[in-house]
Amino acid sequence: MKILTAPRMERCIGCHSCSLACARLVHKNLSWDTAGIRISSSGGLSTGFEARTCLACQPAPCASACPTGAYSQRKGGGVVVKKSLCIRCGECARACPVDAIYLDPASEPYVCIHCGRCVAFCPHDCLELREVGAESGAAGEVREGAS
Amino acid sequence: MIRDHFRILSVDLAAGRGVIENLQGRDTVAGGSGLAAMLFEKYGRPGQPWDDPEQPLIFAIGPLTGYFPLMSKTVCAFKSPYHDQYAESHGGGRSALSLRFADFDGLVIRGKAPTPSCLSIGSRHLDLKDVHYLWGMDLLKTGKMLRRMYKGSGHRSILRIGPAGENLSAMACINVDTYRHFGRLGCGAVMGAKNLKGIVIMGDGTFPLPEGKDYPRLFAEVHRKMTDTDMMEKYHNVGTPINMAVLNGIRALPIRNLQKTTDPAMEGISGETFARDTLLRNAACAGCPVGCIHIGFVRERFMEENRYLYRQVSYDHEPIFAAGAMLQVTDAFSVLSLLDAVEREGLDVMSAGVALAWATEALEKGVLSTRETLLPFQFGDAKAYIEAVHHLGAASNDFYRLLAQGTSRAAGHYGGGDFACVLGQEMAGYATGEVFFISQALGFRHSHLDAGGYSYDQKSKEPDVDGAVKFLVQDERARVLLTSMVSCLFARGVYGEEILSDCLRSVGYTNLAEGIGRVAGTIQKLRWRARLATGFDPCAVSIPQRFLEIETWKGKLDEAYLAALKTAYGAAILGIAGGEGESDH
Repeated sequence: MKILTAPRMERCIGCHSCSLACARLVHKNLSWDTAGIRISSSGGLSTGFEARTCLACQPAPCASACPTGAYSQRKGGGVVVKKSLCIRCGECARACPVDAIYLDPASEPYVCIHCGRCVAFCPHDCLELREVGAESGAAGEVREGAS
Repeated sequence: MIRDHFRILSVDLAAGRGVIENLQGRDTVAGGSGLAAMLFEKYGRPGQPWDDPEQPLIFAIGPLTGYFPLMSKTVCAFKSPYHDQYAESHGGGRSALSLRFADFDGLVIRGKAPTPSCLSIGSRHLDLKDVHYLWGMDLLKTGKMLRRMYKGSGHRSILRIGPAGENLSAMACINVDTYRHFGRLGCGAVMGAKNLKGIVIMGDGTFPLPEGKDYPRLFAEVHRKMTDTDMMEKYHNVGTPINMAVLNGIRALPIRNLQKTTDPAMEGISGETFARDTLLRNAACAGCPVGCIHIGFVRERFMEENRYLYRQVSYDHEPIFAAGAMLQVTDAFSVLSLLDAVEREGLDVMSAGVALAWATEALEKGVLSTRETLLPFQFGDAKAYIEAVHHLGAASNDFYRLLAQGTSRAAGHYGGGDFACVLGQEMAGYATGEVFFISQALGFRHSHLDAGGYSYDQKSKEPDVDGAVKFLVQDERARVLLTSMVSCLFARGVYGEEILSDCLRSVGYTNLAEGIGRVAGTIQKLRWRARLATGFDPCAVSIPQRFLEIETWKGKLDEAYLAALKTAYGAAILGIAGGEGESDH
């Protein structure tokens, strides 16, 4: 079982290609918000960037908080989402300790499903889809070909 | 959102209210530059001065903004304090995607706020807040304050002005998200005249994407071209400052107020030197995986004990040319310190650097004295220039107030016009020869970005008036199409007319996709018509003597060629504005 990690955010340039890719490919939206990974400055643009994304908790507080079973524990960490069961109460987002779930005012909550489709769009190799329990593959090292 | 019309937010600052207007014209003017010209035709007052409260300050994005990589720029349009004529300035950062997600194709700001204010807009709010306590505050500190005062870190854009804008300097820029700018022709003063210290645009909307396979397939193809090929290498490796050594090597770098075009000392401020010694990291505009923004650092010791502060300063070829080469400041860290000072005042760095270069030579020649300049600055004296930049932003005395209106204005009063390096506005960093000089002097934005005149100079062998003018007209037309989408011009190698047409079709703009060549011609004509209606006369443009004295790799400048180009390009511009607006594609 694999999970999405963001081990090299020091390299992030704030292009938002990852979150735009998630919104576009997973959720079929053009959006900064309706994405499982969202980028913001970590205290102003002069201090670099951070990724808001699911940390693959196990047990996941959001799954425990969900009153209808729309969020259930995912093997390996994180949650499996069944949109048809969601009543849009927002309990999942309130339960998330790292603000990784976006509550769209017009529709449903958005959370990372650990599919990894964003990874290829990062020009600086900040993101990595890795096996649960495995060490980060290239933490801190310069990958040839990365710009 | 994809729609067949434009959704415009028109804000009246006096009332603190806005209205949403749905305007037709998508298939004829596309967006960006075309939309801005259309909006100026609707809201602008060509016969009234630039600071008339009713003059509009316009921001426009295009049909592809946010939908494809590098569609990441915003066009700002206004009546310029520099020449009191219609003008455009372009900026990136997060401004374009913020407007997209706020769901406005254009923002039109009219009227004057009763007190210094900040406008905040988004897909679900509009708010004008009194910020009198920020008036007079430097631009970087203003950004930090606004960041704290408004929510939405990461998914918003913060536009703001510094003291130069408040003091109505014709060289005042609008800063976007710390490291980008609507730099030239004084749009910062337009905000100042409106009592508008900041604009916060919250990108909090979400839209469904087109169904079907065409759009995802094309996105993947464009993204691959932008990231997999070597095409963008020059922008994200050393970056635009790679030009410093190249131009210096062919005797085409303006140095020491254009007294020289080459100097071994330029090694100290080459792009390679900046990258090796000062580069801290890169950054990107939202929606651009290239990440061309280069941020350098300066460490300053401020106490005898080991007490230091550090600054992060973005750099590019043009800022290094203006604050480095033109002022003979040949140490990279000193250039960054000077750029930081320019940033704090909210000045256009190109105009500020070139203006101070003129003032330095004027002081040397006795045209000016320290009664005017307040400082005995000399070429190479970065510390004195940092003080001078503050005087320029603050308009400390009559001299600096006049200089802030443009080098030609100051030279008109004090003398020294023959060595004022002005081509419509203070020159850009290319002394490549006749075609570039005419391109900037007569070009729509008086910018090195209007057309690739500097490139033509380097490729052409013999004087060819007709060939050069044809190139300038066609290159402008190709670029105006890009700035109507609105693409970063660094992507021009990827976004040819055919790909743009495919992109438009894939998101549902079928009519626009099919008429793209005609539309480019229409927009080119519309822009020039707006410019001419506000008083531009290409025949009245003169080229200062200093430009005629330079020597490049081609030898002495050809004065007769320059004069013939000016006449022919001026006639071509009048022809575009008066013509049918059809493309010759």
